[in-house]
Amino acid sequence: MDDAQLAAIVDAIVRELKESGAVKTNVIAGKAKQSLASSSDFASAPVSTALSSPSVVPVKPRATGSSAALNIDLPDPTTPQARMTPRVKNPKDANGLRALMASTTARIGVGRAGPRYSTASLLLFQGDHAITQDALYRDVDQKLLDEFNLFTVQTKVEGGKQEYLLRPDLGRQLSDDAKHIINEKCQKNVNVQLVVGDGLSAAAIEANLRQMFPVIRQGVQNANLTFGTPFFIKYARVGVMNDVGELIKPDVVVLLIGERPGLGRAESMSAYMGYKPKYGDTDADRDVVCNIFENGGTNPLEAGAYVVQIAQKMRKNQASGVKLKLAK
Amino acid sequence: MLLRTKLHGKTYEFPDIRLLMGKANEEKSGDRLAGVGAETAAERVAAKLVLAEVPLWVLRESPAVPYDQDEITRVIQDAVDESVYNEIKDWTVGEFREWILADTTTTEMIHRASNGLTAEMIAGVTKLMSNLDLMYGAKKMPVSAHCNNTIGMPGTLSSRNQPNHPTDSPEGIRAEIYEGLSYGSGDSVIGINPVDDSYSSVARLLDMSYDIIRTWNIPTQNCVLSHVTTQMKCMQSGSPVGLVFQSIAGSQKGNDSFGISVGMIDEAYELAKKHCFPKGPNFMYFETGQGSELSADAHNGWDQLVMEARCYGFAKRYHPYQVNTVVGFIGPEYLYDARQIQRAGLEDHFMGKLTGIPMGCDACYTNHARADQNAIENLAVMLTAAGCNYFMGLPMGDDSMLSYQSTSFHDAPALRQLFKLRPAPEFEKWMVDLGLMKDGVLTEKAGDPSIFLKR
Repeated sequence: MDDAQLAAIVDAIVRELKESGAVKTNVIAGKAKQSLASSSDFASAPVSTALSSPSVVPVKPRATGSSAALNIDLPDPTTPQARMTPRVKNPKDANGLRALMASTTARIGVGRAGPRYSTASLLLFQGDHAITQDALYRDVDQKLLDEFNLFTVQTKVEGGKQEYLLRPDLGRQLSDDAKHIINEKCQKNVNVQLVVGDGLSAAAIEANLRQMFPVIRQGVQNANLTFGTPFFIKYARVGVMNDVGELIKPDVVVLLIGERPGLGRAESMSAYMGYKPKYGDTDADRDVVCNIFENGGTNPLEAGAYVVQIAQKMRKNQASGVKLKLAK
Repeated sequence: MLLRTKLHGKTYEFPDIRLLMGKANEEKSGDRLAGVGAETAAERVAAKLVLAEVPLWVLRESPAVPYDQDEITRVIQDAVDESVYNEIKDWTVGEFREWILADTTTTEMIHRASNGLTAEMIAGVTKLMSNLDLMYGAKKMPVSAHCNNTIGMPGTLSSRNQPNHPTDSPEGIRAEIYEGLSYGSGDSVIGINPVDDSYSSVARLLDMSYDIIRTWNIPTQNCVLSHVTTQMKCMQSGSPVGLVFQSIAGSQKGNDSFGISVGMIDEAYELAKKHCFPKGPNFMYFETGQGSELSADAHNGWDQLVMEARCYGFAKRYHPYQVNTVVGFIGPEYLYDARQIQRAGLEDHFMGKLTGIPMGCDACYTNHARADQNAIENLAVMLTAAGCNYFMGLPMGDDSMLSYQSTSFHDAPALRQLFKLRPAPEFEKWMVDLGLMKDGVLTEKAGDPSIFLKR
């Protein structure tokens, strides 16, 4: 390559850099920075969104002068109303866009910055992911367990949440200590044995137990069935029901357990039920009421009543799971 | 058979090819769960040292499940081009790695060699590749296919429009398809995972998605990812089917758990060639994922990488239009964190391309894995560099039905603009004609689903 060729290549690269704005010859660097900080375009972006939906997006206070005057006090972006705020700039059909958004819980109408998300949509997503992570890696509040006199036992998981996630087999077995404690404290051969397990969401237990527990207890007693001694299992998987069945020999085991959190939805709980659960039983031997949560899922009060109904049906047919379906 | 090495003065010996292969894998929680993972970091490297000296013929003669017990083994072994195989069978796995990466080895040479390989040979060389090796190697072997448009051409990146809805509402799904199309997602397929697998529900979604394709003259194809038998019924009843989908596993027992067999997919493939509305010649769509065999206790004691490679050998039989691993869907007991998910994504894409199938990736994670959206964006960037054919396009990457997170409608245009790539050529022309794209960049009009409300 000769010098002329090299010079031509360098010229072309410099030209390209200039065109792309990476190199500016006429702008003083310090000035460019200053103009960004006070740029009216930059500051007015949220306002143009607000114009398209004045009732939903509050006008944010703008800082003027010193930072002492800065006053940021934001409303919750996760309310159903805030979630439905269209983020598309200048939509062709604003009402049509709202109707499209109302037709699904998927994140559409979210807008963009170049080919990336609008800031509001990005941060809402991250907030929703954060709540699921916190639910997963935290323990159920002891005060709640005390409220219902639930004593705690543990599965064979000893290495904390990490081992719980890595070894589903250990979460399906009660520890030797647990078996000993249960044998000592629990009434045997009861009609309905209620057990609470953390599963994959502490938040799900905290959100639903206060409503659901009393409904089940009352329902069982109204049906003249024995309720037994309920307790809490830490690091529980659904399969741990088999161990509970073998130890207590109840007619029906009900396990309330936190489900794997969806994005922004950590409060969903399931009630797994089995008739005389024993070693080797699988999901085919169980019934489940899932998606238990308020506002959109199966309401916990109704779910509690439903659980009592299923328990009675199981006792009547002496079966659960696929066998119960066939018996109907 | 003696499989032994010293490393830093310590001797490591491996009893058989099965354990050697397992221990030579990069760390995966699923290999631990299966009891085939390395106990220490040094043992892992010792296994790689020994594996590098194993000739390819030994791997051919060590299928994960014996020939007479497993129809997937038979599919793969019977498809081997014996003359190509005879040229390469004496190479060691280490030599094979260097041959793939060598600048003197061309795309055509690798494509030819693909026909002499079995899944165990492909998995073996993958175990010796670093992450950048996997990207560099895969980039050398583009595989394209055609249905109503062309996928996988060098210089292009496609996106599956995945508009799932928690109750299969046609209105909701339609709204999501519009959002995706407005970002340029849908050149791979408009592919809906249904909640309800029944014939009537699947047929309804096929009709709805086909109606959008026809109304807007979109050069693409639709697919409702139900069980293959439901789609077969739809084809026989005259529903407009673009691609025929099925999840597949790398062993006969694994496929049993999916309720499928080679004979059943053979039959579906014949129906697809006869009934699918697009031009073709590629009509099939498969999904896979490391760990699915182990979760069905169908891995026969082998590691999840080998079992995954066998899926691709099975898929190749049907000249698919697209195949993707759903890499992080299975959960942390198989792929624990972002690092393991990223590694598996790179491995799967590389293995698919080396098998000779048009490979994409569902770069994804569940909420109980140690991963987040940043990790998945990283994986997508790495795979784009590696020449991955397509990614999923979901509304902000959040699947409101399957409760997992993947790549988004926004990610395809961002990756295209970042890497100077274009959508599938037919689809780009459609976007340009509609005013959604100019010179490979989204226009002002893009990102607004309401533009599709009136035609």
